Amino acid sequence: MKKRSSSQFKAWLYLLPAALFLAVFLVYPLIDVLIYSFEEGFNFASQTYQGTGLYNYSYVLHDPYFIQALKNTFLIVIITVPLSTGLALLISLGLNKIKALKDLFQTIFFLPYVTNTLAVGLVFMILFKKTAYTDGMINVLLHAFGSPGVDFIEGPYWAKMFVMCLYTIWVVLPFKILILTSALASVNPMYYKAARVDGTSPARIFFRITLPMISPMIFYLVITGFIGAFKAYSDEVALFGTNLNAAGMNTIVGYVYDMLYGDSGGYPSYASAAALILFIVILTITAINLLVSNKKVSM
Amino acid sequence: MKVVLEHLTKVFPGREKKNPKDVVAVSDFHFVIPDGKLVGLLGPSGCGKSTALNLISGLEVPTEGRIFFGDDDVTDLPPEHRGVGLVFQNYALYPHLTVRQNIRFPLENLKGDAKLSKEEMEDKVLEAAKVVQIEGLLDRKPAEMSGGQQQRVAIARALVKKPKVLLLDEPLSNLDARLRLQTREEIRRIQCETGITTIFVTHDQEEAMSISDSIVVMKEGKVQQVGAPQEVYDSPANLFVAKFLGNPQINVFEGTVTKERLYIGDDDLLEVKGVPDGKVLVGIRPEAFIWNREGAFCCDKKSVEVMGRDSSIVFGHAGAVTTQPRAIIDSELVSEKMEDQVRFDLRPKKVFLFHPETEERISFS
Repeated sequence: MKKRSSSQFKAWLYLLPAALFLAVFLVYPLIDVLIYSFEEGFNFASQTYQGTGLYNYSYVLHDPYFIQALKNTFLIVIITVPLSTGLALLISLGLNKIKALKDLFQTIFFLPYVTNTLAVGLVFMILFKKTAYTDGMINVLLHAFGSPGVDFIEGPYWAKMFVMCLYTIWVVLPFKILILTSALASVNPMYYKAARVDGTSPARIFFRITLPMISPMIFYLVITGFIGAFKAYSDEVALFGTNLNAAGMNTIVGYVYDMLYGDSGGYPSYASAAALILFIVILTITAINLLVSNKKVSM
Repeated sequence: MKVVLEHLTKVFPGREKKNPKDVVAVSDFHFVIPDGKLVGLLGPSGCGKSTALNLISGLEVPTEGRIFFGDDDVTDLPPEHRGVGLVFQNYALYPHLTVRQNIRFPLENLKGDAKLSKEEMEDKVLEAAKVVQIEGLLDRKPAEMSGGQQQRVAIARALVKKPKVLLLDEPLSNLDARLRLQTREEIRRIQCETGITTIFVTHDQEEAMSISDSIVVMKEGKVQQVGAPQEVYDSPANLFVAKFLGNPQINVFEGTVTKERLYIGDDDLLEVKGVPDGKVLVGIRPEAFIWNREGAFCCDKKSVEVMGRDSSIVFGHAGAVTTQPRAIIDSELVSEKMEDQVRFDLRPKKVFLFHPETEERISFS
């Protein structure tokens, strides 16, 4: 018994630095945010509040900017996660099939991953933004086909959302391609040999063998993709600048940031409430994802 | 279905930098596998036996030569049109499918006229499962079964389409010793029941000898000898075959023939009629030794290993090429009193002479 308690003490001692770090920088702020979100009329300067209740949540949920941010976030999630995963799967399958120039293509597809977000944003500006000198390269192309073109950065909502989704997909693609190409390469070739001897059609090989075998990786990408897309913010800033509310392209995380530090900021209570709403949304979606994947992915 | 291999050769071209030499995996295979027989391709690893199997299955395309199933030339046919069943070394069962789905998989690939209804498929799956005796496991996943059971499922999957030829790649290498013994009997039984021409690959001579109708001994891509197991054992074509078959291994000595008498060192051992004078390599099976105080073959006893029924006497001899020559004798004959110097008589039928350079067999009477 004595030995056990001393070894337990040692174990806790070794865990202490990490535990301390987590407690100070993760657990404490989490609890603090929870408390903030229930404190009504919090005054940042005097650090006082008037009462507790659900008013902050009610305010946030009735704020048209938050509704807009919620809508934008959901659109980005629903469009980019399936599209980027599907596209990454197609590209990985292609990469897995070709032999010549494979390394070159792999490097090209991986470039966005190592490129700074803001630099990529700049490139997108050159492609899409109308300035005094040019309409942007895409519009120049559109003009060539006789279309009047559209202002992608400051124009109609659908055009902005299009650029936003394109940008998001392009940025998240490399990581997914990386994961999926290695997943495809790790499928034991004997399964394909066995399938060949049995005269299995390529489509059937893909849907009955390849896809089930790499499904754990696909679900991993979908789950992390959902979480990443729900937390989108910096990409929006890279494209539309810091005043996202004015551009109508704010996201939930953007809203939280604005409530804290933006021009209309200084409301940690509202920010906390919005952050908790986001937390609940992500938790729910991830739980659903895990439930589905537990049923589908069984190796 | 008879399988005929005609001058079959497979060359893997060398890669530019790493391995510039071409690799001849299979060189000039030329033999017939009779209908309904169980044939073992036997050889050390890297001798091209798996490549030979892949050529027959159609997974590899031969560089030269033809393959016939019966009278049909199948050389240019892809594997799915050859009607072969292939069992992989690691079974290659699809881990996400149940046993039933695994066995049904080949049937679901059938198209056009050959397409089966669900009931027909179920019947065939049950039939195949019955042959390998796994009817009770149909709803399990591969991971929930033992190696031996997985092996049976793999065989059932290969059998379900009623292949003309069944190919097994190292079917027993992933099983433990006891299961190996059981499964090889099982493979023999299944082959007898179905009557399908079966070719299996192994590096284990005991495995090949125990169940095959005929064995093909290979070395470095070349066929060394084809024949019934006992026949090959009793009459090896060259030193390699003699060494490869038999456990413990055959003992090899340097000897000389003078006036149709065989000498090892100074021991005058046997009359060897029809052998010209000169140096020879002598292969003596461990069971060739008969303990006799007056025997001609004189050697120094090093140790005695008791193995129950038999004992093996490890000895030293001046002419020995084998590092630890051994003689197997009846345990009852071994006594404490055995001197350090022991003498043996030899059974002439268990003694083989080989040419010292070519290592080909030199027959004598």
